Amino acid sequence: MKAAPFAYTRPGTVEEVVADLAREDAKVIAGGQSLVPVLAMRLGRPALLVDVNAVPELDALTRDGDVVRVGATVRQRRTERSELAAAVPLLRMALPWVGHREIRSRGTVCGSIAHADPSAELPAVARCLGATMVLTSTHGTREVPAADFFSGAMTTAVAADELLTQVAFPVARRDEGFGFGEFARRHGDFALAGVAVRVRAPGHGDGPEARVTCFGVSDVPVTADVSAELRAGLEAVGPAPSRGELVSALAGHAGDVARAVVDTGGDSHASPEYRRRLLSGLIAREVAAAYLRATRPETERSPR
Amino acid sequence: MTGLARVEDAALLTGQGRFLDDLDPLPGTLVAAVVRSPHPHARIRAVDLEKARRAPGVAAVIGPEEVLETLRPFPLSVRTPHPYYPTATDKTRFVGEPVAVVVASDRYLAEDAAELVEVDYEPLPAVVRTDAALSPEAPLLHEGSDGNVATDRTFTFGDVDGAFAGARRVVSRRYSFPRYSSTPMECYVVVADWREGPDGPEITAHANFHGPFSMAPVVAGALGVPTSSLRLVVPADIGGSFGIKSGVYPYIALMALASKHAGRPVRWTEDRLEHLVASSSGSDRLMELEAALDEDGRIQALRVDLVDNVGAYLRPPEPSTLYRCFGNITGAYAIEAVGIRARAVVTNKSPTGLNRGFGGQQLYFGLERLIDDIAAEHGLDPAEVRRRNLVPVTAFPYATPSGGIYDSGDYQRALELALDNVGYERLREEQRAARADGDWMGIGIAAVVDPSATNIGYVGLATPVADRTARRGKSGSTEHVRVSVDPQGVVTVLLGTVPQGQGHATVARDLVAAHLGLPVEQVRARVEMDTASTPWTISSGSYSSRFAPLLTSALLEAADRLAASVTVAASVILEVEAERLELADGVVRVVDDHERSVAFRHAAGLLHWDPGSLPDDVDARVYEEAAFTPPQSKAASRTDQINSSLCYGFVADVVVVRIDRETLTVRIEHLSSVHDAGTILNAQLLEGQVHGAITQALGGALFEEMTYSDAGQPTAGTFMDYLCPTSAESSFPLTSDHLQTPSPLTRLGAKGCGEGSSMSLPVAIANAVADALRDEGVEITSLPLHGNVLHELLTTVKGT
Repeated sequence: MKAAPFAYTRPGTVEEVVADLAREDAKVIAGGQSLVPVLAMRLGRPALLVDVNAVPELDALTRDGDVVRVGATVRQRRTERSELAAAVPLLRMALPWVGHREIRSRGTVCGSIAHADPSAELPAVARCLGATMVLTSTHGTREVPAADFFSGAMTTAVAADELLTQVAFPVARRDEGFGFGEFARRHGDFALAGVAVRVRAPGHGDGPEARVTCFGVSDVPVTADVSAELRAGLEAVGPAPSRGELVSALAGHAGDVARAVVDTGGDSHASPEYRRRLLSGLIAREVAAAYLRATRPETERSPR
Repeated sequence: MTGLARVEDAALLTGQGRFLDDLDPLPGTLVAAVVRSPHPHARIRAVDLEKARRAPGVAAVIGPEEVLETLRPFPLSVRTPHPYYPTATDKTRFVGEPVAVVVASDRYLAEDAAELVEVDYEPLPAVVRTDAALSPEAPLLHEGSDGNVATDRTFTFGDVDGAFAGARRVVSRRYSFPRYSSTPMECYVVVADWREGPDGPEITAHANFHGPFSMAPVVAGALGVPTSSLRLVVPADIGGSFGIKSGVYPYIALMALASKHAGRPVRWTEDRLEHLVASSSGSDRLMELEAALDEDGRIQALRVDLVDNVGAYLRPPEPSTLYRCFGNITGAYAIEAVGIRARAVVTNKSPTGLNRGFGGQQLYFGLERLIDDIAAEHGLDPAEVRRRNLVPVTAFPYATPSGGIYDSGDYQRALELALDNVGYERLREEQRAARADGDWMGIGIAAVVDPSATNIGYVGLATPVADRTARRGKSGSTEHVRVSVDPQGVVTVLLGTVPQGQGHATVARDLVAAHLGLPVEQVRARVEMDTASTPWTISSGSYSSRFAPLLTSALLEAADRLAASVTVAASVILEVEAERLELADGVVRVVDDHERSVAFRHAAGLLHWDPGSLPDDVDARVYEEAAFTPPQSKAASRTDQINSSLCYGFVADVVVVRIDRETLTVRIEHLSSVHDAGTILNAQLLEGQVHGAITQALGGALFEEMTYSDAGQPTAGTFMDYLCPTSAESSFPLTSDHLQTPSPLTRLGAKGCGEGSSMSLPVAIANAVADALRDEGVEITSLPLHGNVLHELLTTVKGT
């Protein structure tokens, strides 16, 4: 379990990073939590590793108006503990589910998103919130919305010569509530199924809006608009249900969504049918929780 | 005698442990990488090593040709035409089977060159499932044999047919037990050196091997040298094993051969990927059990049909998984007749071997599930069926029909204690209420006999009586130890018990200090196995819970002999007859006049400094060796009975589970576990063993399985898929309690305690899950039990 030979650079500026990335078969390394095992198992053998950890500007975690920008080398653990990132509650709800604390101390938010494991939490968060990915190469910088970013398992819009320099997460609005949940066989494992949920409270004359992004169940995070399902559930139980009542009312709809969304193959840990069962429960529970957080922020606090 | 903190801990907890991968025992050592088969079953048409040999830094590359040129097949435990070498030769028979070894100046270069080894494979159809391997149409693994059944023996003890003919009721079930491992922290490591000496090859091998040392002559046999030409050295810290590292021995032969070709010592450190697909595991088993019962649910006779899937080769000590529990095959129950069929089949999976509980978890999964199924058929509480069938306390020593002699026990009291500690009757009421609320709550019980101090003679049973050579039998369970005293009176125990972390040094020190009346600081225990200098024999090693019953018995004998020498020296100094002296408080003193005494260290010093003052007929002995050879460990009888262990402890587990209706996760709400390991030598270490065995059982019951696709590819080859329980999964309320019915056969009354719940808890959990899902019509016949499995079972039932 030793890596095949590769060249290594550790540039100090973004300009130097993208110049290195323009070379043949180069690969970015930040936290290395996914890449290093891939190298050790010789499943990947890039000619050049471009270590971005010495670029000061990539280590920025900043609030910029209505977005929180997370730079390429910002660790998951730092984000998890940052007051500034608390403006994006869904991010902070999801991060404790990413691996273990030791992994999060090295792993980066951008790295997880660029790696695009279908079972990973952060791609789903980015997709649910409609985050914006900022990509830089020697040709300049472009922005890609999350909806166009994930193109397949471990495949994204990042070109071979591009660096994901930062991800911009929209700050939560006052009328929004969030839910996050996943199921794995052990604590810290990749999810067999998981959901990230955003609900907007009913406005003037409008019903509530709800979207759920499901992960671990397809090649990419799959987002479904479940506003109609939430409204139907609320019609059955009235506008001020208990959490349990709302979960029950949503169960049938959640099952329909889960049936439509799960298209991954089975393995020894979870068949597609079992994943649907798990996903269905998660959708009902987290949509209900998010709705209550959106409509009763004073009593229904987000975890943590 | 309890309470000393482990002397081993400080080094281990501060990163000062000295594991073989940290050590550089043979300067100038090169590093090996192993080329392995990607195919479960393939003919090797050609192997081209030339490109690899020309790669940078490479000293040697060996493959099937070199193996066949120098090595002989490993001697097997059973005569069967399945030649087993440390690499594939004609065919590869499992994914991960070694095919070639590259020796280079470092592991990176060795792995680079390994990619240049070219093997021309002709893939063949594979067979992985036990039932499929039994079929005459199955792909044949070993040409030269007429099927994949490597051993097949049938035994009848008592009037089995008569009991079944007269039975009020017969309960018959098929179960299967999965394949899982122990995943030690450090994987296999071997550093081997081959030199030509005046009497032929001399091989020195450092390996994290912990026995059984019956594998030493097996390795020597493959190398074609006498056992004394193979010097095996084991470091004091082996990085855990739980049985799995006994499987390192084929690599000792392989790396010795690599060293012969490289002309330098060779180190090989197994990585986790290699370990998970190609090291070892417990065997998976298919089994059918049948009980003949009277009207009250008492078992009159038992039939067991066991088929172990041992993987591609009958690698010694297999087929021992079938026989380790032979003498206790009727478990904790007074069953007078038993019929046994024991088979092992070879398949295109990796070879199996020791795994904590060795054969016990497999056997008891069948037996204890059957007890619950008997209870269900009779409408009885599963605790009550057990009560009615347990060996009564008045029956000890109790002879089982298959030859076991249960030395001591009080099974009823232990079971009742386990039940009381969890409030069994109240729990059943709670369960009724939970069921009414639609909750899946279940209570599972297992009551098992925990054999320790294996009699290696059981291996002989795999060979039919007619083929067993008279006076060439196998038996025994001897343990050796050496104790010495230095000129300052410090006593050293040399332990060749190759511990895997059990704390042997702590216990040995504690016992000898107490026995010699010395402060513990005056006794040192040195863990050191070097077959060139440490006393050892075939049965040496740390396996089947040998230390507490056997080694301690030898140890006290050696300490007695040393005490005798020191006492004679003291008698010279005190001018008192030795018979009137005793050892206490660091001195040798007159029994009825404590004022007249001499320091132990002064008496010991006399043995070193002034032996001329001793009586003329007394030698100044400062080294004492003792062997403990229990006479009860005889070879298998002509009637095929065997007392397969010296001691038989007892475990009762009562586990409460609740199954989440949404995720189908099995959550353990409480475990009550009672162990009777005879005299307790160290309460803290015993508790540690209980916790460890429980966690290992938890892995097998709920998480771990070495799965294969039907085509023969391993599908749990990394820690992403092979899921060991972590501390997060292993935290649940535990009530651990103990009974002490001392063994009359060991010096201190101690029995083994290292394996108990790893045998009993897997089935206790299965029984609890079956109990929780009783009303759903689900049958629990295998493990592991996780959400995906339960979902499948529940939907299948619904669908029918």
